[in-house]
Parts: sequence; structure tokens; C-alpha cells
Amino acid sequence: MEPAEIIQHSGGAIGAAWLMIALPLVGAAVLLLGGRRTDKFGHLLGVLMAVASFVVAALSFAQLLGFAPGERRRGIELYEFIPGLAKVGLLVDPLSISFCLLITFVGSLIHIYSIGYMAHDPNRRRFFAYLNLFVAAMLLLVLADNYVALFVGWEGVGLASYLLIGFWQHKPSAATAAKKAFIVNRVGDFGLLLGIFTIFATFHTLAFSDVLGNASKASSGTLTAIGLLLLVGACGKSAQLPLQSWLLDAMEGPTPVSALIHAATMVTAGVYLIVRSGPIFQGAETAQLVVTIVGVATLLAGAIIGTAKDDIKKALAGSTMSQIGYMVLAAGVGPVGYAFAIAHLITHGFFKADMFLGAGSVMHAMNDEVDMRKYGALRKVMPLTFWTFLIGYLAIIGFPLLSGYFTKDGIIEVAMEHNAILGWLAVIGAGITGFYMSRLVFMTFFGAKRWEPTAHPHESPAVMTVPLIVLSIGAIVLGWFLIMGNRFMTFLAPAVGAPEEMPAFHPFSVPGLATLALVAIGAAYAWMKYGRAEVPAVAPRGSFLTTFARRDLYGDALNEALFMRPGQWLTRLAVFFDNRGVDGLVNGLAAGIGGTSGRLRRVQTGFVRSYALSIFLGAAVLAGAWLVVGNL
Amino acid sequence: MTTHYLVLSALLFAIGGVGVLVRRNAIVVFMCVELMLNACNLAFVTFARQNGNLDGQLIAFFVMIVAAAEVVIGLAIIVTIFRTRRSASVDDASLLKY
Amino acid sequence: MPWLSTLMGVSVLGALGVTLVRNDKLAKQFTLVVSLIVLALTVAMAVQFSPNGDKFQFAETYDWIPAFGVHYGVAVDGIALVLILLSAILVPIVVLASWHDAEAGKRSVRTYFSLLLVLEAMMIGVFAATDVFLFYVFFEAMLIPMYFMIGSYGGAQRSYAAVKFLLYSLFGGLLMLVAVIALYSIAGKGTFMFPDLVGTIQDVTTQKWLFLGFFIAFAIKAPLWPFHTWLPDAAAQAPAGAAVLLVGVLDKVGTYGMLRFCLELFPDAAKFFTPLVITLSVIGIVYGAIVAIGQTDMKRLIAYTSVSHFGFIAMGVFAMTTSAGAGATLYMVNHGFSTGALFLIAGFLIYRRGSQFIADYGGVQKVAPVLAGTFLVAGLSSLSLPGLSTFVSEFMVLTGTYQRYVVPAVIATVGVILAAIYILWMYQRMMNGPTAESVKSLPDLNAREKWVVAPLVALLLVFGFYPKPLLDVINPAVKDTLSSVSVTDPQPAVPVAQEGQ
Repeated sequence: MEPAEIIQHSGGAIGAAWLMIALPLVGAAVLLLGGRRTDKFGHLLGVLMAVASFVVAALSFAQLLGFAPGERRRGIELYEFIPGLAKVGLLVDPLSISFCLLITFVGSLIHIYSIGYMAHDPNRRRFFAYLNLFVAAMLLLVLADNYVALFVGWEGVGLASYLLIGFWQHKPSAATAAKKAFIVNRVGDFGLLLGIFTIFATFHTLAFSDVLGNASKASSGTLTAIGLLLLVGACGKSAQLPLQSWLLDAMEGPTPVSALIHAATMVTAGVYLIVRSGPIFQGAETAQLVVTIVGVATLLAGAIIGTAKDDIKKALAGSTMSQIGYMVLAAGVGPVGYAFAIAHLITHGFFKADMFLGAGSVMHAMNDEVDMRKYGALRKVMPLTFWTFLIGYLAIIGFPLLSGYFTKDGIIEVAMEHNAILGWLAVIGAGITGFYMSRLVFMTFFGAKRWEPTAHPHESPAVMTVPLIVLSIGAIVLGWFLIMGNRFMTFLAPAVGAPEEMPAFHPFSVPGLATLALVAIGAAYAWMKYGRAEVPAVAPRGSFLTTFARRDLYGDALNEALFMRPGQWLTRLAVFFDNRGVDGLVNGLAAGIGGTSGRLRRVQTGFVRSYALSIFLGAAVLAGAWLVVGNL
Repeated sequence: MTTHYLVLSALLFAIGGVGVLVRRNAIVVFMCVELMLNACNLAFVTFARQNGNLDGQLIAFFVMIVAAAEVVIGLAIIVTIFRTRRSASVDDASLLKY
Repeated sequence: MPWLSTLMGVSVLGALGVTLVRNDKLAKQFTLVVSLIVLALTVAMAVQFSPNGDKFQFAETYDWIPAFGVHYGVAVDGIALVLILLSAILVPIVVLASWHDAEAGKRSVRTYFSLLLVLEAMMIGVFAATDVFLFYVFFEAMLIPMYFMIGSYGGAQRSYAAVKFLLYSLFGGLLMLVAVIALYSIAGKGTFMFPDLVGTIQDVTTQKWLFLGFFIAFAIKAPLWPFHTWLPDAAAQAPAGAAVLLVGVLDKVGTYGMLRFCLELFPDAAKFFTPLVITLSVIGIVYGAIVAIGQTDMKRLIAYTSVSHFGFIAMGVFAMTTSAGAGATLYMVNHGFSTGALFLIAGFLIYRRGSQFIADYGGVQKVAPVLAGTFLVAGLSSLSLPGLSTFVSEFMVLTGTYQRYVVPAVIATVGVILAAIYILWMYQRMMNGPTAESVKSLPDLNAREKWVVAPLVALLLVFGFYPKPLLDVINPAVKDTLSSVSVTDPQPAVPVAQEGQ
């Protein structure tokens, strides 16, 4: 089934969809420009704007459901952005509205949670300003109806991410992590920009409707180039190999940021880009293949990194990488995978945000300690946090009937049909997921207390636990709700297309059973190592593989050896060349002229008679020359 | 027939030139310059005669006027230098150099 | 109404007036008022400009030296208009920013502000001149006030920097003078008026020589690699306000000249030299950025970022597509705001701490959040973050260049990554981390300084989201220029029927 035509729309909640972006943007502007005057109510305004944005999204969704499926792609014209290049409009369709609901709903919950989490931070107002800025940019990214506006949102979320990772600017590690995230993302943007240039050079337009509707007319070479360039952009934003290194460092930011930006929403933008540009990838098999390979490689790499981290947030970050790897894998498969990719994206948004916020709640209780070796036995003192975290955990490992069971297994099935090797690698990834997530839960909530003497853990206030409860409810029901009866695939079909034949859900297929078995083995092994046995307070040296995983698969070492060191060397060389070479040439020329005239001026002896002599000689030379020339 | 005049003019000019180059006394140098100017005047008048028009004679008058003006300024400068430096030697007035 | 002459006249009269005021404070206020009047008049003029009307508007032509066909001829098209607007906006901001900058100078405070207004008149004149000879006169005369501003009010090495700046520019200017005279005599039209000279030189070899005469002058002015080394010295030694006008406006005369004179007067030569110019530009983009990363002095760093940005502008001019040309013109304007903001805020920092070296700062964000915040915004505009106006122009230049020259555009896009490195690394070293002892007592921006920064940030944001008012003026002028060079935009591989086209 092909995507439906875009219908120009005005009126109703959809006509006012720009409010979704404008409201949080106004919030951010008021809080940033208002300065300390807004300290008192800053957090409330921030929450209000996020919730208001959610209300608009929900109303738009309701209105969209009122249309027949084939008429659910509504375009709204806003204004001419760059004359001759791009108009700015919004595209409200099943795909973008799904994102809007996820962003505004989870975003609102995280805003509320942050009231409690950031209660003692003197710059809480600024934090909410940045969060609002992020929500606005992210909504622009998904609502844009052309590649330029998408890029504006794309960089906007990058900026918000930069500001929020480095929120505690006085910490050099946070500032460095923020800068690293921005620069690595810029490498991705380099690819995305070139992709956009190629699109413009090919189609002379950047509007989704024109480009994607005519993609099949372009040569497959062009489409492959565009696809691969867009993939580079997606890799940067979604922390896929080989641009993954920033995500683990990004955990320097406050935990709500990690939950919202670096788990639930921003890092999934790459998946959105690939799914949105579906017609381009469908015309380029090579690009699709590369997408699936990147997805599988990342899902394994992320999972391996997750197994060795003692920092609870970094373990979760590895897991995020891995889960996004699944989504990218599904997105690379084509229309049959899109619905699963987005469904997993949504359920992941819920259960991962749930777990990140749970981890935040734990850190809040443990004086901001992140080392899981200093946790243990927390389930009794923090029951609410424990139970909600447990639900998130069961959802991610694919415990039957919870969210992950439906969406992740759906991806594995789709991948298996597409390419058996990729499918089985995804199954292995699921097994590792079972191990590292169980390890995390056992080290944190079970076993013996290994707390620092100063720690006095306590349950977090209601403003933090209520979002946890809401998110965990989502983690329980969403997978079932979206996948059963292909509900979500049918809903998305007008936007991204769908296979002729809807896939049926097999609860007891071979890959499904294999996945369950591997996950069970992984969990059991984790229980033996970290649940039943003592967890040493200092990490043992471990095997080569453990070190490999702990050092993030040597990604940073590789970047340093390949780019940073030669870069520094090149910089020094260029500065030297500029001062001594280019400028040296100029100054040398000047010095040469100066030196020559310094010598020449000695001719000016001050003796009138020597001047007279030179005049006579000059006259004689001239006269002689005249005679010679005249006689030629 | 005018050759003799021209040879005389050239001789006078050469004498004046050598004088300017070798003498140190400013007054003498100055007189040598005058000699060169008059050598030129002689040449001008000669050519005027030879060509049968008045252009050369006209120029000679100009030169005389310029020479007169030059004498006024030149002597004034020489006298001033003599007053401050107690010397009329051109080599002593070599401060304006390099 | 003779708008352009009025603008220049008001500035010159203002400059004379300032010298008559005996009180320094009054002189500053007077300068501010005069520059605001000029701004108001410029805006009033810009409003009356009709983008789709005649190419040159508000034209005034009087004989100046009739024997040689030299005229006092001024008029503006869309390109010149936005640049005049840029100058008129920047001058009051610079006046307000340099309130205390001239007090330590060798000459009086009044002289400094008087020079500023003289410079403003010349900046307007150079963009408005339609007589090539008049353009040359302004081109050279502009150097004089700037020479004194650097040489008398600058940093420790001001004489070196001022002389280097003057000699470099004069050298280029003289080459241009030769070309101007040759153009006059070869064209044989007996006039220096630009519109009459367009299309008169048909011989390609002649075009090439004359092109080089003009181009080298403009390449030094802009500056293009490898003629750039005067800029870091001049910008680092000049007082912050003068640096803004130097990099923000004076250097634009170079790129403006390329677009106006090199392209229209010598179309065939321009096409012949395009590969060379694009190569130099791309080298400049990457090289300027890499050298900027390695700088330890923030003003030099900003100057090198400008070398990189001028590479983008020159590349856009010579890519000869509508979008690249319009983008390059817009870039000239946006770069003025962006670099202006960077230089001015850096100037505020230097005024407080007394050092240009990045290493002398650290953790400023904690003690002066507004200063750090605006510095970040200015920095982000320098790395062309979407939402700020510089993005629009850089995007247009790259999109337009990519249509015709894929490889240079790809290499130039690397500049996007390098820009992030030089700006964010500088920001991190100066503003983040633990607060250095020496900056612990730095005050945040005061009201005057906020008034300096606010309009620049506002302009960057407004034109970042809504560049249409500027582009509506620029686009027809660029299209006109390109049609007189007789090039057309490349056609798409897959034509898409669009409504309205």
C-alpha cells in the first residue's frame, strides 16, 4: 500500500498544530529572558507549557481520527522560509502525531518529575527553559513538512541536548561531554546536510510531498547516495555505530535529561528520519542493507557495553543504543518493519524513561551515587521505585505480554524473514539484554547493602513517583495495544505505506521461543553472578572481553587515535604554517624591501657635490642613451 | 659658422660643471652654476640666430629672470648658513642625509 | 529626495559637529544621536525601495571631473541596499559599545567618534557608488579613518597592525586603480559610470587582465586565502568597535566588489577564473577554521573564523547560481551581525579582565551568566546554528554551490564540523569549568552593554526564522547580476511540478 496524498488543511486543532511548537518555545523564551524574576514560578510555567502542548497534540490526534484513513495526512502551510528554497509548513499525519503524543506526554511527565529532582538546584528555572526549548525543537523536527525545517528542529534538539548535558557547567567532565556530543552530532549533520543538498540538486525542492512522491523517478545511484548520507545523519543523532561515542558521555547531564533526550525522544530522531524518507530507501537496496547492518552492529555493541558498566546510567545508555539498534534494523527492512520500528520506539520511550527516572530516583536517594556496586537491597526502602523499575525491566527483556514482548519480538520476526543472519544476531542481542538488565536490577535492588556510610536512602516524593507509575502502566499495556490486530500498522499505513499482506502475530514461533529461552538463560546467569553471589565493591579486573566492553569497545580510543591526535597535530602545523609560512612570506617581503632601502639610503650622503655628480652622470647617461637610440 | 659659438658654449658649460663638482666654497659653486646657465643662454641665442626666429632669445630672457630669482634665494640661503655655521663650505652643510 | 547624499551628508556634518563639542560625554551622545538619525533615514529609504522596480534606485548623478567623464554617481540595487543597511545598523551599536574604548587612546575621544562618523559616510558611499572612479576613491579613502582608529586607539602592537593593514590594502588598491584606468581607456566610452561600462569589454584576454586587477584588490580586502594575514593582526589590535566595522563592513567591500564589478564587467574572465577562486575559497574555509582552532588569543580566533566565512561568501559569489549568490549576499549581512556580536562581547570581556588570551579566563558563566549566554548565542551564530540567520545564508551558499560544484561544496561542508570545534572549544575554555581566581569578581553586562548586544541577538534570531524581507530585496538583484553574466541555474535531474512555478 502506497502512502496517501497530503491534503491541505486549515481549522480545528490540526490547524493550530503550530501551537504545539510555539507554546514551549514561548515558555523557554520567557524563562530565559525573564531571568531571576521568573525563578519562583519557572518550573510551573515549564510544566504548564509542556502539558498545554500535549493537549494540543491530543486534540489534533482526535481530529485526525475523525478523517477516513486515506485522508489522514494533513498539511498546514505556515510561511515562506527561504524564498526559492523552502516554505515552512507542518505535516500532521499518523507518523508525526504518534511522535507528538510520545514527546509531549513523556515530556510532560518528565517535566513534572524534574520539579522534584531539581528542587535543590539554584538554576532550576534555566533547566526548565532548556527542557521547553527541547520539546519545541523536537516537535518541529517531527512536524516539519520539508527537509530544511526538519534540519532546523534537528539542530535545535542538538542545541538543547548540548545545553542540558553541560547543565552543570562547572564540572569540566560535563562541559567536555556536552561539547563532544555536539561535535559528534555535527559529523552526522555533515552527512545529513550533504543528503539534503543532493536532494535539492536532484529534485529542486525540499518538501516531503514533492521529494518522496517523486523518489521513484530518480536513478537508484542517486537514491543510494541520498540514503547513505541521510543514514550518516541518523547515526549521529541516534548514536549508531560509528558515531555512538557521545551517548555514554552524555550521561553527565541531569537524569531527567537522560530520560527525555537520551532515551525516549531525541535519540530516536534518526529512526524517524529513515522511516520518513522511506520512499528514498525503498529505491536503494544497498542503502537499506547498510541501514540494517548498522542497526544490528549497534544493537550488539550497545548490549555488550551494557554488560560491563557499573555506572547505572551508562548501563542504561548502552541499553538505549542497543534498543535503537533494533529500531534502525526494523526501519531498514522496509514498510513491513516501519510499524514495528515506531511501535518499539514508543514503548521503548515509556519503559526506558521509566527506568531512567527510576535510576534518577535511586540516585536522588543515594546522594547522587551512580556506582551500582555501592547499591544493593534497595527494594525494601524504595518500594515504589522498585516496582515501577521492575515493570520497565520486564518490558525491555520481553517478558511475555509486556510491551517489549510485542514490539521487540515483532522486530526480530520481521528481521528473520528479511534475512536470517540478521534475525539470529538480533535474537542473540535479546539474550544479552536479558543478562545485562537482570544484572542491573539485581545489583541495585537485591543482594546485600553495600551503601556508603553517609547514604540514607528514602523513597522519593510523590511528584517523582507518580510519573514513574504512569510510565510503567504504559510499559505494561502499550505493546499489546499497538501490536495486536496490527492496530498500529493499519494506523500508520497512510503515512508510510504498508505491505500488501499484514503480518500475523505468532506467539510461539521458533525465533520467539528462542528469544525467550536466551533471555531466561541470560537472566539466570545474572542471578547466579550478581543476585545470589556477593558483588565485590571494587570491580574485578575481568577478562579481555570485560575490559573491551568497559572501554566502550575502544570507540573513544579509536576516535582519539584516528581523529583527535592527528587533528591536534594538523592544527599546530597549520598555525605554524600561517605564522611562518604565509605571514612569514609577507613579512619577509616587507623586511626585504626595508633592508634594501636601508642600504640604498646610504647614497644620500648629504654632500651637495655628490648629488651634483649624480645629476651630471644621470644627464650623461640619458644623453648617451638618446644618441644610441636615435642612431639605431 | 655658428659652430664656434656652440663650442664656446660647451666649454663654458663644462668649466661650470667641473667647478660645481670640485669647488667647496658655496659662493664659487654658485658662480659656476651661473656660468652654466649663461652657457645655455649662449647656446639658445646661437640657435635662435641659426634658425632665424626669436624663440631662443625669448627663452634666454626667461633663463635670466630665473637666474636672478635664484641668486636672490641662493645668496640668502648661503648667508644664513654662513651666519649659523661660520663657514661657506658646501661640505660642512651635510646634515640632511640618510 | 536625494537619499544617499543625505545619508552621507548627515554623517559628515555629524563628524564635523563632534569635533566642535568640547565635552567628551556630550560628544559621545551627539555621535550616537547622529548615527541613529542616519539609521532612521536608511530605514526610511529602504522601505521605499521597490524590489521589482528598476535595477538601480535613488540614483543621483552629477558631473565631477567632466574632462575624464568622472561623475558623482550614487544609487543602490538590492545588494548595495542591504549592505548600507548593515553599516547603518552597526554604527550606532559600535558607538554605544565603544563608550569607554577611546579613553586610553593616543588621541582624543572626540576624534575617535568623529572618525567613526566619517567612516560611516564612506561605507555608505562605497556601496552606493555607481561610478567606478568614485568607488575607487571611497575604496581607498575608507582606509584613512580606519588606519587612525587602529593606530591611535589599538592594543600594544597597534602601529605594526595599522601599517600592515594600510600597506596591504593600498597595494591592492593601486592594482585596482590601474585596472580602472585601463577599463576607462579600453572601453573608450569616455565615462566611468558603471552601467555604461557593463558589456563594453569584449576581448577575453583584456577581460582577464582587468579582472585580475580588480580581483586581487578585492581578495586582499575580503580577505581570501592566502592574502589574509593582515586581518588577524588588524582585528586583534584594533579596539573592539573598530574591529567590528573592519570585519563586519569594510571587508564586505571586497566580496561586494567581486559580485558587482568582477562578475558584471568581466563575465568571461570570471567564468575562466572560477575554478581558481573556488579553490582559494575552499582552502580558506577549511584552513581558516583549522588555524582558528589553534589560536590562543580570542580576537585572533574570531578573525580567523572570518577568514573561513569569507571563503563561504566568495564561493557563493563565484558558484553563479541564484541560491548561492543570494546566499552569499545574505551571508555578508549576517556575518556582520554575528561577528559583530562576537567581537563586541569579547571586547567587554577584555575590558573587564585586561587580557585577550583565552587561557586567562575560565568559568565565566558562573559569575556573568548573561555575558556568557550572549557570547554563546553569538558563537552559535558563527557556527551557523539553524534558527540563527547565519544558517540560512550558509545553507543557501552550500545548496547553490552543490548544484554546480559537488566536490568543493562537500569539502566546504567540513567547515560545519570545524566551526563547532573552534567555537565550542573556545566557549568551554573561557566560560565553563571551575571559575578562575582572576575572573571571580567580573561584573555581568551592564545596561549599556545589554543594549549593545540585544539588537544584534534579536536580528540574528528574527532573520534566522524570517529572512524573507532581506531575500526579497536581494533575490531580484542577484538574478539580474547573473543574467548579465548570462548563466542559468542547473536543471534538476528529476523535475517536480510545483504550484506557482
